[in-house]
Amino acid sequence: MAAAPAPPAALLKDAGLFALVAFGLSVPIVSYRTDLGASGLELTPRWGLVASLCAAVFLLRIAQRLVLDRRAARAARTPAPHQASEAASAEPKAGRSLSQLGLSRLGLPLFVGFALTLPLVAALATGGLSPARYWIDLGILILTYVMLGWGLNIVVGLAGLLDLGYVAFYAVGAYSYALLSTVFGLSFWICLPLAGLFAGLWGVMLGFPVLRLRGDYLAIVTLAFGEIIRLVLINWGEVTGGSAGITSIPRATFFGVPFKAGPDGFSALVGLAFDPMHRIVFLYYLILALALITSLVTLRLRRLPIGRAWEALREDEIACRALGIDTTKTKLTAFALGAMFGGFAGSFFAVRQGFVSPESFNFLESAIILAIVVLGGMGSQFGVAVAAVAMVGGPELLRNLGFLKSVFGEGFDPNEFRLLLFGLAMVAMMIWRPRGLISDRIPTVALGRRKAIGKDLVREGHG
Amino acid sequence: MSGPLLSLRGVSTYYGSVAALRGVDLDVGEGEIVTLIGANGAGKSTLMMTVFGAPRARSGTIAFAGQDITGLPTHRIARLGLAQSPEGRRVFPRMSVLENLQMGAALHDGRHLAQDLEKVCTLFPRLKERLGQRAGTMSGGEQQMLAIGRALMSRPRLLMLDEPSLGLAPLVVKQIFAAIAALNREEGMTIFLVEQNAYHALKLAHRGSVLVNGRITLSGPARALLDDPSIKAAYLEGGHAPVETVPGEA
Ligand SMILES: Nc1ncnc2c1ncn2[C@@H]1O[C@H](COP(=O)(O)OP(=O)(O)O)[C@@H](O)[C@H]1O
Ligand SMILES: [Mg+2]
Repeated sequence: MAAAPAPPAALLKDAGLFALVAFGLSVPIVSYRTDLGASGLELTPRWGLVASLCAAVFLLRIAQRLVLDRRAARAARTPAPHQASEAASAEPKAGRSLSQLGLSRLGLPLFVGFALTLPLVAALATGGLSPARYWIDLGILILTYVMLGWGLNIVVGLAGLLDLGYVAFYAVGAYSYALLSTVFGLSFWICLPLAGLFAGLWGVMLGFPVLRLRGDYLAIVTLAFGEIIRLVLINWGEVTGGSAGITSIPRATFFGVPFKAGPDGFSALVGLAFDPMHRIVFLYYLILALALITSLVTLRLRRLPIGRAWEALREDEIACRALGIDTTKTKLTAFALGAMFGGFAGSFFAVRQGFVSPESFNFLESAIILAIVVLGGMGSQFGVAVAAVAMVGGPELLRNLGFLKSVFGEGFDPNEFRLLLFGLAMVAMMIWRPRGLISDRIPTVALGRRKAIGKDLVREGHG
Repeated sequence: MSGPLLSLRGVSTYYGSVAALRGVDLDVGEGEIVTLIGANGAGKSTLMMTVFGAPRARSGTIAFAGQDITGLPTHRIARLGLAQSPEGRRVFPRMSVLENLQMGAALHDGRHLAQDLEKVCTLFPRLKERLGQRAGTMSGGEQQMLAIGRALMSRPRLLMLDEPSLGLAPLVVKQIFAAIAALNREEGMTIFLVEQNAYHALKLAHRGSVLVNGRITLSGPARALLDDPSIKAAYLEGGHAPVETVPGEA
């Protein structure tokens, strides 16, 4: 990349070339929509769409060149940070702005505060609990992914183990609750810990033979494990109900009190008029509590020797072993703990949906959860939360862009572009924030007053 | 204490079918500084890592404090009281200096953590100034000090150092070697030092051995090796001329 900004003519030529390629690609792919009509295949021309795609590529390329050129010019003026080693440039002191540090410190409390008040705010804004249902449901969905992201974050972000089959533990948790409640009639509050336990046990069973593998191999084996669980769920029909899954799973109760009208229901207990929304709000706060438990346990463990060992393991496995750390055991605890939280989330999923089927646990789920962790910045809890909001809430936003129909024609469904936008967002991240949204890592032991090594400091480290 | 703290007998290590160590005998006695010198690729790092069980010796025995450790997994070996500053330092780059040091003490319950931290910071005052800094953003010399400090935090009986002078400015090398000497003098720490910088290493050590192509060709008191004409030719006046000591430097 030239250090000096390119002249406008060259810029236009370059962007024009990109637009031409986009045109060439979109003619066969986009320009005609094929529908099965009464007289065979019907073609609907969509040249407007092609034109707008080309225009978008053209403008994006210009924007990209402008940004990159400016950055290259800046780098040429100040070469120092780029001469440092890779690790050093992870945090060039000059580039570490106060606002970003503040964001990674205050972000999580802000997020939690927002999440706590969401049902109230939504109810006030829409004028009642029932109209707010859409927002609360969306909140539940997002929080489920926040929790899954935080759980996987232990495995991928902290311990550095690439797990492509996390959804398997989600499935184990969901089916555990589904089976325990429908077959044995156990209540949700007994099943929840059991589901976590089972998922954790599966984590140990899978992890034990597998965690000797490194990097790519581990990723492949976990990917296979995710698929195996799904195939077992489909084919072991007598127990799992096959592809049809398990239906009429008992709903969540308020610690034993069902959400129903009548004298022994929840509303009668607290003296409110019956409203089916009570159950939804309860589910919202339930998943929020579960997610917060995940977060708090992780934050706490990070300060303990085991959590530090996870992070050290991610940095340098050989050095860890030379320090006397049993790397297999350390990896296993991370794996099992991540699996356990996946199991909790799974049982929540089952109690909320009321039915489970293997379809909900395919590889795309694993990929989305992993993308949330990676986009969030591998280890940052707030980053993961933001990424979950973007990844899960984003597609919802697309659904609401109905006005685009007037631009692109009646057949235009913005949802179809979900994966395209997802890919674009990934590419943009790789260019501008290769270390994730929140790449700042706050040391678990901060230096207290002055630079002294006080006893208090030491105790904090060993809690 | 009878017998040496660390002893290797007929140790051979292979990478695939290629021998990297061929029947190495070596002893490190309690309270000694023993250095192993040799050219690039002689097998020095392989020897140090073989003691730690990765790679594993194909034949021969390694004993530490009278116990056979040849077949033990690496972390079990480290728990017996061996610590190392590995080749390339291998500090945890994204973790702070303090966290790195705490990782060194990972095996202990934290009872003497404050005391040990104080000790390391006295030995390397530079680390004390940088406890909150990310290890990966420090200079090479500081990272080397951290690697040694981290090893010391485990309260080892034997400290093994792989080329602590590699890539460092002469002044920094002097500081680090002075710290190693002080550790041995004041605390009686047993040290096994792998070096290419033969002059400095032999000046510091009590005994030395020369490794050539995976074999020990020469062993003896460090002073005698320093005067040995064949060593002079191969390691001192040839590639590595002695670095003049800088006067007036702590
Ligand atoms: N992981 C490895 N795989 C294969 N060969 C290796 C490996 N590590 C070192 N070697 C070879 O073993 C020999 C000794 O290497 P090393 O112990 O690193 O030497 P030194 O530390 O003395 O420079 C060299 O020939 C080197 O190429
Ligand atoms: Mg070496």
